[in-house]
Amino acid sequence: MLRVEKLRIGSLPSLSFAVADGECLAVEGPSGSGKTRILRAIADLDPNEGQLFLDGIERQEMPATDWRKHVRYAAAEPGWWADTPRQTLPATEFADARTLRLVTALGLDEALLDRPINRLSTGERQRLALARAILDEPRVLLLDEPTAALDAGATEMVEEVIRYQLQARRSVLIASHDTELIDRLAHVRLQLAPTARAHPAGTASQGPLPA
Amino acid sequence: MTYLPLDLLDLSLAALLLIANGAISIWFRLGLERTLAVSSLRMVVQLALVALALKVIFGLDSPLWTALFALFMTAAAAYEVFSRQERRVAGPLTLALGAGAPFLAGLIATMFAAVVVIGPDPWYAPRYVLPIFGMMLGNALAGTSLVLNAMTTGAETERVAIEARIALGATRFEALDTVLRRALTTGLMPILTAMATTGIVALPGMMTGQILAGIEPVEAAKYQVMILFLVAGSTGLAVVAAGLGSVLLLTDERHRLRLDRLTPR
Repeated sequence: MLRVEKLRIGSLPSLSFAVADGECLAVEGPSGSGKTRILRAIADLDPNEGQLFLDGIERQEMPATDWRKHVRYAAAEPGWWADTPRQTLPATEFADARTLRLVTALGLDEALLDRPINRLSTGERQRLALARAILDEPRVLLLDEPTAALDAGATEMVEEVIRYQLQARRSVLIASHDTELIDRLAHVRLQLAPTARAHPAGTASQGPLPA
Repeated sequence: MTYLPLDLLDLSLAALLLIANGAISIWFRLGLERTLAVSSLRMVVQLALVALALKVIFGLDSPLWTALFALFMTAAAAYEVFSRQERRVAGPLTLALGAGAPFLAGLIATMFAAVVVIGPDPWYAPRYVLPIFGMMLGNALAGTSLVLNAMTTGAETERVAIEARIALGATRFEALDTVLRRALTTGLMPILTAMATTGIVALPGMMTGQILAGIEPVEAAKYQVMILFLVAGSTGLAVVAAGLGSVLLLTDERHRLRLDRLTPR
């Protein structure tokens, strides 16, 4: 379970909420309301204040690199630092087997892993980055527009993979303009504008904590 | 072979050539006459002052004054480099790194040269130490400046890739290693090129100076070889220090990329 207490980023109002294991929280709000900033702050990618607990352990108690191994941010625009996707993946046997399963589940051909990045389509890159983000089984996934570049078929496959992550008791925080996708996946919604507070919806197991 | 001193008339004759430059500027309407006048005047005044200062310091032969002059050289050089940086991490730490890395590298190389290689008496003899330190400093500063620039521009253009690695749990040094390696290459390239082409494209300034002063070409070449070895060593030290320091300045202890620390464009 991820617990966020009095998270403050810049001028955004302070936020407190919790996401249980296997729960999906949708971060909602118009453009510029801070969805990306909040997801980035939870992964400790930008300076921010507040206390975050993963299974009761405070963020500052572990190195930031360990925190991000458990609390994984997947950006809307994926980043690549090598020529092919495979070169950006951990090279272990376990990872290889899992990569193959994930890539297939996302409707991609394994051959894409060895194709130069600039010869992949935006949608292929986005799905490969998603596979890379969940490869080492982080406890919490922070998905920023995970289906922005995808058609209906690919979106469905991504949705299936996210659902599988939830079944495996992982927590998912998602920011997306695809309202139908959110309606299908989200258990709880965090509405950012005009007032940033958590509203339980549907089968929510966790309500808002006092801010 | 003897040394032929120049008198004021010789210098005035040489200065006539500047008039040709002025004529070009007027003819092509480049508007550079003023800059030309200011630059050449600055050169004359600066060199005259430095010559006088060196004369005094050589006479004093004091380690304290030698060290003070070396510090002054560092400050002047650091200022020049600083005014040429496009964007940098705001705050005094960049200045400390930009001046500190070349200063320490120059100091180490100069001490090594003075104590181990040349062995003047006393070892801090300003006549040897200051010109050598100047050459080390100049080259180390050039390398440092290139590295600092390459690190900030690299971090900016590669931001998405760097942050992708950080998000996957990489440390700041892992996340910036591509940028760092490219910056180090950039910083080392000038000295590597200089060593490969020296003597073919142009005679190095110091060797030319020694030859004009009546030293045998072979002796002058030996000195030049030593200087280039030292320059390579000190530039390498400065470049690595500047690169590693840059990684620390561009990130924080939570391994976050901190481009918000850069000065506005």
